[in-house]
Amino acid sequence: MKTEPVVMGIETSCDETGVGIVRGHELLADAVASSVDEHARFGGVVPEVASRAHLEAMVPTVQRALDDAGLALGDLDGIAVTAGPGLAGALMVGVGAAKAYSIATGVPLYGVNHLSAHIAVDTLENGPIPEPAIGLLVSGGHSTIMMVEDLAGKVTQLGASIDDAAGEAFDKVARLLGLPFPGGPYIDRAAKDGDRAFVEFPRGLSAPKDQERHRYDFSFSGLKTAVARWIEARRADGEDVPVNDVAAAFQEAVCDVLTRKAILAAKEHGVETILLGGGVAANSRLRGLAAERAEAAGLTLRYPRPKLCTDNGAMVAALGSHLVAAGVAPSRIDFPANSSMDVEVVSLANTL
Amino acid sequence: MRVLALDTSTSAVQAALVDLDGPAFEPELFLTAFRREVDGRGHVEKLGPFIEACLADAGRTVKDVDAVVAGVGPGPFTGLRVGMVTAAAFADGAGIPVYGVCSLDGIGGNTRGRALAATDARRKEIYWAVYEDGVREGEPQVGKPADLPETRADYAVGEGAAKYAAELPVPAEAGAVYPDLVKLVELAAPRLLSGAPSEQLTPLYLRRPDAQPAKGAVAPPARPASGA
Ligand SMILES: [Zn+2]
Repeated sequence: MKTEPVVMGIETSCDETGVGIVRGHELLADAVASSVDEHARFGGVVPEVASRAHLEAMVPTVQRALDDAGLALGDLDGIAVTAGPGLAGALMVGVGAAKAYSIATGVPLYGVNHLSAHIAVDTLENGPIPEPAIGLLVSGGHSTIMMVEDLAGKVTQLGASIDDAAGEAFDKVARLLGLPFPGGPYIDRAAKDGDRAFVEFPRGLSAPKDQERHRYDFSFSGLKTAVARWIEARRADGEDVPVNDVAAAFQEAVCDVLTRKAILAAKEHGVETILLGGGVAANSRLRGLAAERAEAAGLTLRYPRPKLCTDNGAMVAALGSHLVAAGVAPSRIDFPANSSMDVEVVSLANTL
Repeated sequence: MRVLALDTSTSAVQAALVDLDGPAFEPELFLTAFRREVDGRGHVEKLGPFIEACLADAGRTVKDVDAVVAGVGPGPFTGLRVGMVTAAAFADGAGIPVYGVCSLDGIGGNTRGRALAATDARRKEIYWAVYEDGVREGEPQVGKPADLPETRADYAVGEGAAKYAAELPVPAEAGAVYPDLVKLVELAAPRLLSGAPSEQLTPLYLRRPDAQPAKGAVAPPARPASGA
């Protein structure tokens, strides 16, 4: 029997410098250097700050991952790197590093899609992914429903946010409520003591008229505005804003529409498995509601532990390992970093 | 010794293999392979292939390379970082040391008399420094060409000088001149030949990131230094 491929993954699409190493579906190392604290005072990720931090952290994070795994670069069967989508300047640091490591070591290089990597990471926790599967990918950068027919090459988008990503809405509402950045975990915590039905915030693109064109799409900018108006009105009346209740009601609106559409997509496409991924997939209410609804619909729900949901190198390594095992051709050394890389491009193969 | 030299601080994507022999006070340098293309947006696509092409041209492999020298700017950030991370990762991957050199010195270092070396900093600004017989005076600066202080330079050279010749108070050479990779290796020669410890490459940024602290942004509660 062939031994499982050992692959290092490099991820720099946003504010985390991640380097992970896997053997097959086994996680050997997951080193992450985050610049999130540097972005907090700006209330969002500043691309130039992120890129500077990536350059500084790149080589030390690779070394840390190798040390954690007890491996040397020569032990690798592949190096995978996020080629897109993401912040252009940030992606270039990771892609530049991955290319240089590949040239210096002769280890084959795979430029891969960040979105598919979010799906692939689940294999590290729950084993091979039954295909086809529906991926619900929710983070500060994306809110996407994906159809995964073949994780090594056939992934399509069924729907996505037409404005803000769900994670962005969490950040913006957190700021309105005086909670820290990034908002997700703080809203999740506050919502635990709040009343989900305290106020009914709007569910974007859920009206019957939206079912034709935006059946699996999301919209969160209207929700954010509705929360802002509600808070303003409350303050204008001289009343206190019940932070926990607003957090719970807002979170409910987001999770309701996300899970409803993902389940609908699975049912309508005859798919039995739903995977959650992305930073917002760490949200306890999203997990809870998705589990409830999946069970009611007779679907299998899978998601990895919260640390693997956020951006990291392990997810890139997991996808890389899947590609190596599937015999997919490595990428050419001249591939670009593509900030708007299409979800359908799982990896930049030889045919670039 | 054989040195891989890289510079991406200007719109030129550059890679070279340079042979270096001592002594440090009078090194001998020989350019064995060289690739350059002027493409301000092509750094991440082109630099890797250029390194491979240089090795192939010279009939060498990665194992023949003893050290890496990289221009550390100043330069427009995105492209500059590609060259620097490439240098750092290549050196780490090959298990060899890497050394940084101010990219402007790759231009000014070759001048005679009193010269202003200037590269394009974008946003209608230049990165510049003054050189007396090839030796830099003070730290590199960034600013508008028309706002240059009295430098007493006799002429100006570099991509930024050529582009802003009309606004510079110093006569500028018309041809675009890019950092000379052989010069960068020469400037690093004392470190290369003495086997100095490998360096953590830090770009000469000169500018702060463009970002305003957000109104009402709340900092997260302090985390222990060990991280979360
Ligand atoms: Zn992500």
